[in-house]
Amino acid sequence: MAASDTTMAAADRASTRERAADYLLRRHRFRAAEALPWLFAIAVFFVFPDRMTFGSQVLVMVMFALSLDLILGYAGIVTLGHAAFFGVGAYTVGLLAARLQWTEPISGLFAAAIVAAIVGFITGWFLLRYRGLTLLMLTLATAIMLQETGNLRSDISGGYDGLPGLTFKPLLGIFDYDLYGHTYYLYALAVLAVVFYFVRRIVYSPFGQALTGIRENVRRMHAIGSPVHWRLVTVYTIAAAIAGVAGALFTQTNAYVTLTVFDFDNSAKVMVMLILGGTGRLYGAFVGATVYMVLEDYFSKLSPTFWQFGIGLVLVLAVLFARRGVLGLFESMGQYIAERKKS
Amino acid sequence: MPHFAIIAVSILFDGLAYAMFLFITSVGLSVTMGLMGFVNLAHGAFAMAGGYVVVTLTRNLGVGFVPSLAIAAVVVGAVSIVFERGLYRRLYKSTDLEQVLLTIGLAFMAIATATYFYGPIPKSVPLPEWLQGDVNLGFRYFPSYRAFLIVLGAVLITVLWYGFERTNIGAKIRAAVDNRRMAESVGINVDRLFTLTFAVGSGLAALGGGLAIQLLGLSPSFAVLYLVLFLIVVAVGGLGSLKGTLLAALVLGVFDTAGKYLLADAGGFFVYAVTVAVLLIKPAGFYGRE
Repeated sequence: MAASDTTMAAADRASTRERAADYLLRRHRFRAAEALPWLFAIAVFFVFPDRMTFGSQVLVMVMFALSLDLILGYAGIVTLGHAAFFGVGAYTVGLLAARLQWTEPISGLFAAAIVAAIVGFITGWFLLRYRGLTLLMLTLATAIMLQETGNLRSDISGGYDGLPGLTFKPLLGIFDYDLYGHTYYLYALAVLAVVFYFVRRIVYSPFGQALTGIRENVRRMHAIGSPVHWRLVTVYTIAAAIAGVAGALFTQTNAYVTLTVFDFDNSAKVMVMLILGGTGRLYGAFVGATVYMVLEDYFSKLSPTFWQFGIGLVLVLAVLFARRGVLGLFESMGQYIAERKKS
Repeated sequence: MPHFAIIAVSILFDGLAYAMFLFITSVGLSVTMGLMGFVNLAHGAFAMAGGYVVVTLTRNLGVGFVPSLAIAAVVVGAVSIVFERGLYRRLYKSTDLEQVLLTIGLAFMAIATATYFYGPIPKSVPLPEWLQGDVNLGFRYFPSYRAFLIVLGAVLITVLWYGFERTNIGAKIRAAVDNRRMAESVGINVDRLFTLTFAVGSGLAALGGGLAIQLLGLSPSFAVLYLVLFLIVVAVGGLGSLKGTLLAALVLGVFDTAGKYLLADAGGFFVYAVTVAVLLIKPAGFYGRE
């Protein structure tokens, strides 16, 4: 009797373990729906061939928002200075091209990632012990101090006039920059795909689970012995590197860069995009950045004032009624419909 | 007087005037944040609104500058009650992020509204005779507007200090900042207290906005441009501390002015460097609770 109990318990445990493993596998297996944004991006290439420069900007902002999603959506770090890393990446490529004539684009991306990661590591190591208002202020101050440093050494950085008219070598030595930005759109899309795969791996790894744990309950993570500070510094560094790559792409696609990349506006904008799309769900960055950029492009041409009022109103309404962003809204609607069908 | 002494006196004087502006505008933010832990990024918008009320009163309705300041403070303070009751109240228990988003949204809307009615170009106001020109302080001439700012600041500090430290309401506010639940359980109506301090704080911000027209210039972007500075004063001073806000305003005001005098290119660098240094050593600010 007792023996059969233990075997049954063992079998039970084994099946629980199997189900858990199965659940985890299912969670990070690619789903068919995940192809949608990429198919959409490729479709855009063929449907709007004359809007490719704008398309590249959208892809850059998607990547920037994705990097913010890692730290804000998964690790729960609220920052007002994420533009710092975007700017560092943008200026790494810009300065390499303008001052050292290093104009090979892909190695430029790596350089930007490394420099941004170093800045992210140093500032993250100092700042991530703090929370709340103090952290908000410190991240904000970091971005502004970088901007002011750039302004102080305007002999190198070009000050607020920036570094105009940069030229880059053809991609892989073959594909040259074209007037319509076709090459750079595909280039940005390819880089985004690589970055996205990397981010997705992180999010579904045990490390990613630990980040979610920190977001949900920091005390419990401390209590079970998770090295919270190092986890946060690691993800902050990774996010900084990705934001740096986004900034580098920004410089390469625009062929110029100015100190406004460090603006508070830039940090706020990317946060708004991510919130609009939905945080902590990977594709929120895609939806949010695309919706925001397209609306901005359309409405700010009509009237910038109207646009600014509109985006403010959307933010207020989103906080009051749709706290999980556009994707969250869809999810709730789906659930509602499913429940209606059942009853 | 030797050259460096003249510069030092000028820095101190201008820095003091600037510090008074920072104090008047930020003190409300500090107390409301200390009371409710609410991150209010729309505080700069209230200051901007105050500035535009002063512009309208003086330029279109012919009201004097000083009465306009008082009217602006009262009007904006009253309007802020509507926002507090209608919007802010819903988010007291929400996360930092949601509060940041709501109030940034409000700030954007305020900027757009101001741009629509007043245009993007900075406005000026007609000043009374006695605020123009210079005043002789015995050893040097100083701009009388800045002298006025310092005197007004000193008066307000005295009044606020008295209200905070010596009256019943002030004692209640301090109790609620220290321990909200305990204060509620001994019968203090913290909600109503908060509405009151929010209104007074927004009114003071509006006064600061009116004063800023002559000092810094007033355009719609004021709401976000100087918001960072107000938040820094609050963070460096410590939430909910009158003393802390004053000290932070003085330190940052003088450092910023000194930076702009001595190293014009470095611009705002000094303020942020000081902020980071203080917050790294004392994360809760000068007088905040750890």
